[in-house]
Amino acid sequence: MSIRVLHSGLLTTIQDVGRYGSQKYGVIVSGAMDSYSLRLANLLVGNQENEAALEITLFGTTLQFDEDTLLAITGGDFLTTIDGLKAQLWRPILIKKNSILKFHSAIKGSRAYVAFAGGIDIPEIMGSKSTYMRANIGGFKGRALKKGDILSTLDVGEIGNKLIQRLKKEDATWSVDFNNLISFDDNQLIRVLKGTEFNRFDRKSQINFFEKPYTITVQSDRMGYRLDGTPLSLSENFDLLSEGVTFGTVQIPSSGQPIILMADRQTTGGYPKIAQVITADLPSLAQLQPTSTIRFKEVTLAEAENAIYTNEQSIKNIKNAIHYKIFSN
Amino acid sequence: MPNHYFDCTIKPLGDSAIIVQLGEGIDTKIHQKVKSLSEILSRNTFEGLIEFVPAYNNITVYYNPYVIYNSQKGNLSSFEYVSKHIKKLVKQMTINNNESPRLISIPVCYGGEFGPDLEKVANYHNMSTEEVIRIHSESECLVYMLGFAPGFPFMGGMDERISTPRKETPRLSIKPGSVGIAGKQTGIYPLETPGGWQIIGRTPLDLFLPHMSPPTLLQAGDIIRFVPIPSSDYLNYKELRK
Repeated sequence: MSIRVLHSGLLTTIQDVGRYGSQKYGVIVSGAMDSYSLRLANLLVGNQENEAALEITLFGTTLQFDEDTLLAITGGDFLTTIDGLKAQLWRPILIKKNSILKFHSAIKGSRAYVAFAGGIDIPEIMGSKSTYMRANIGGFKGRALKKGDILSTLDVGEIGNKLIQRLKKEDATWSVDFNNLISFDDNQLIRVLKGTEFNRFDRKSQINFFEKPYTITVQSDRMGYRLDGTPLSLSENFDLLSEGVTFGTVQIPSSGQPIILMADRQTTGGYPKIAQVITADLPSLAQLQPTSTIRFKEVTLAEAENAIYTNEQSIKNIKNAIHYKIFSN
Repeated sequence: MPNHYFDCTIKPLGDSAIIVQLGEGIDTKIHQKVKSLSEILSRNTFEGLIEFVPAYNNITVYYNPYVIYNSQKGNLSSFEYVSKHIKKLVKQMTINNNESPRLISIPVCYGGEFGPDLEKVANYHNMSTEEVIRIHSESECLVYMLGFAPGFPFMGGMDERISTPRKETPRLSIKPGSVGIAGKQTGIYPLETPGGWQIIGRTPLDLFLPHMSPPTLLQAGDIIRFVPIPSSDYLNYKELRK
C-alpha cells in the first residue's frame, strides 16, 4: 500500500523510538520528540510500540491513500480532516481508498503522530528508521518529507488484520485516554532533577531557576529548546570538558539562557548542566509550542523513577485494553 | 584498603543515565582507564543497559529504569542497581600497556580553498604556512573520544606552538573533511555543519561510514598522524571514490 504526500507541512519526518547503541560514535539518537504518543499510535494499529511513524509539526501536512489503510493519529490536538470531515484522534481509523488526510493546524500541542498498520517500508540504519537529517540517513531518503514523495507500508500483522475486519463493520467508538501520560497545557510545571553542575551556579541563579518562568523561544527545534527568562550564571567560570548528555539535559551557555536538549541533540556537550528534565515529563515538554511558558520544579530521583514506572504501567494497561477491544466479542 | 587507582565517583544524569567519573582533566593515563572500563562494560552488559559513551575522563551509561525495575523486582532503585553493577566492574579494571593502539594516517591538503584559515593561523604565530603544516603533520594525536557529530574525533597531542583560538564568529557551514584547530585541539569535521574552528586543510577521507560497523573511520584510542598531500592527490582520491 502506498501513501502520497500532497503537502509536506512545516516539518514531517519518519521517527521511531530512536537510534540507540551508536552514540559512542557520535551518532545522535533522534526518534520521536513525544515517544508516548508515538508508542500509543503504534499500539492502536496493532504494531510493535517502537515501529516508525510520521511526526508532524504544527500544521500543513496532507496525505492521500491509494488503498484502504489502517492508521491512528495521536499527539497534539490538531484540527485534522479526512475528506473535509473532522478526523477522530487517539483511535484506530480505517481510511478509505483515495481519501485525503489533512492536518490544518495545532490547537493544543505541537506534534502529531500517524502510525500505519504494518509500519513504514524503509530500511533500518544502525538499528533504527528514525530520520537523521544532518547526516542524511534514516527515514525517507535521510530527509524530511516533500510534496510528491510516496511512502509504502509493510504487511499488516495479525492484530492489525483483526482490527481491519472489525472496522469494516463499524468505526471504533472508543479511544485511548492519554491524560495521565501527557499534558497539552500551554503553561507547564516541568519536573527536574538537579544537574551535575547545579552547585557551580551562584546562589541567586540556583533560586531563580526554580522560581522564575522561562519562555520557549521560536528558535526551538528538534535539537533543543532555547529558553528566554532570567539569565543564570556560574559563581566562577570553569572549563568543562565535553561529556555525554541526554534528552532533557538543561545546559546553560555563556548567554545565561537555558537550552533543553531534545531528540536531535548532539551526543556530547560541554556546557554546565543546571538540571535534567525527568523522563516522565519529556513528552509533555515536547508538545509545548514556541512562546509557551514553563517553570521548573525539583523532585527526587526516587520520585522520577516512580513516575517512569507508573507511566510504563499505564502504557501496558492501555496495550491490554486495546487488545481486549480488538479480540473481545 | 580501597585501591585508589581504581576509584570512581558515580553521579546521576537524570533518571536514566549515570556518569562514571574516573579522573579529572585530559590525561593519557585516565584515558587508559576509560578504555579499560569500556571494554569490560561491553563484555558485561546487563538487562536494561542501553549503551554507554566514553569521554575524556568519564563514561556515561544509559539505561532503561523500567526494565531494571522489572528484572530485579524493585529491591534497589534503578540508579542504585546500575551504580552497584558499575562499581563491581570498576574493580576489574586493568591497565594494559602492551596493547598497541591503531596508527592511522590522514592525508590532508593544506591551505588554499581547502584550508581558508591557514594563513591566519600562520600570521597569528608569525610563522610561514609551511611551518604550520610541518608542525601540524609532525604531531601524533590521540583520539580521546568521538562526539559532536558522527565520527568527529576529540584529539589531544597537537603541538602547542600552533594552538590558535576559535574564530570570533563561527562559519555557518564547514565542508566535510575539514581539518581545524581550536585552542590546543585539532579535529576533523565529518559532516557539513556550522563551526568555529580555524580550518587549515581538508582530507578526502570519509569519517562517517553509516553502512559499516563500526560506522566511523576513527575510534577512541587511535593515534592519528596527518600527512600533507597536494590538491591533485585530493582530487584524484575524490574521483576514485565516485
